[in-house]
Amino acid sequence: MTAPADPTTRGVILDSLGVGIATGVYGISFGALATASGLSVWQACAISMLVFTGASQFAFIGVLAAGGTPWAAMPTAVLLGVRNMFYSVSLAKLFAGRGWRRWVAAQLVIDESAALASAHENDNLRRTAFWWTGLSVFVCWNFSTLVGALAGSEISDPRTIGLDAAVGAAFLGLLWHRLTNTFTRLIALVAGVVALIVVPLMPAGAPIMIGGAAAVLGGLVWQSRVDRLRST
Amino acid sequence: MTQMWLAILVVAAAAYGLKLAGFVLPEAILNHPTVVRAAAIIPIALLSALLWIQVFGADRAVVLDARVVGVAVAALALWLRVPFLVVVLLAALAAAAIRAMGFG
Repeated sequence: MTAPADPTTRGVILDSLGVGIATGVYGISFGALATASGLSVWQACAISMLVFTGASQFAFIGVLAAGGTPWAAMPTAVLLGVRNMFYSVSLAKLFAGRGWRRWVAAQLVIDESAALASAHENDNLRRTAFWWTGLSVFVCWNFSTLVGALAGSEISDPRTIGLDAAVGAAFLGLLWHRLTNTFTRLIALVAGVVALIVVPLMPAGAPIMIGGAAAVLGGLVWQSRVDRLRST
Repeated sequence: MTQMWLAILVVAAAAYGLKLAGFVLPEAILNHPTVVRAAAIIPIALLSALLWIQVFGADRAVVLDARVVGVAVAALALWLRVPFLVVVLLAALAAAAIRAMGFG
């Protein structure tokens, strides 16, 4: 990460910073919703620094806001982190044999850093895109979490100012760009409907896992059937 | 509160472990077709379940209140390609307005 020598590298860095700052600002909404859901400012900041993967963080506070225990919030948050493992696979060769840097790089593996790194063929440019995106999101995300958390802790009744609707909007925003075809929309529909059906039967948090599991299993069975039809 | 800190640390350790696993686990395991497919479906399924529960769920019941209006406004904003932070803010404002009028 020395001073950019050539225009290509400079362009990659500027793109990365742009994405990093734009994404990092969402941290305000996470911080505000976290403290409004009952977390302390320190806890909100610890989550952004240590968990550092947006969807898992929102899932954790979403279950808490719905009345679930911290332990009910845990499995959903962890499962939403699984996709980062697949980003790491695609990035692995960039950091093989690079000592301690690999341990730092791991924490920065998120949607945005993986996406910008994958946009290049050259390994040096991919590394540059990864580090600049990952680090700029990390710095902005943590700073804006603190700002949001301080603002959220001033709120006495989160419902009055519609913060429960804001949590729903955050999930919709994270889901929106993934609903690319009929299959993904069906998955989303099954997960939601099953979750609501079991709401009266279970403690808060559990319906999310049940709805999610039903949709994942249904989706896998469906896809393997399509495979079999194609092979005959 | 100690429970909360413990849960936060467990989630943090698991999140980091998953990120690191992709660097160190053999590719053959992670490239198995079922694993790859499940990984693509999981975020959609969980985010959607979270969304529906957040909009319609209450303490062991399904209810219709101001949250529906808030999230409908968010959907419209997303369709118009409004930035994330503004989407969240508009949803809160819409739900707050409905409640200020005495509904939901």
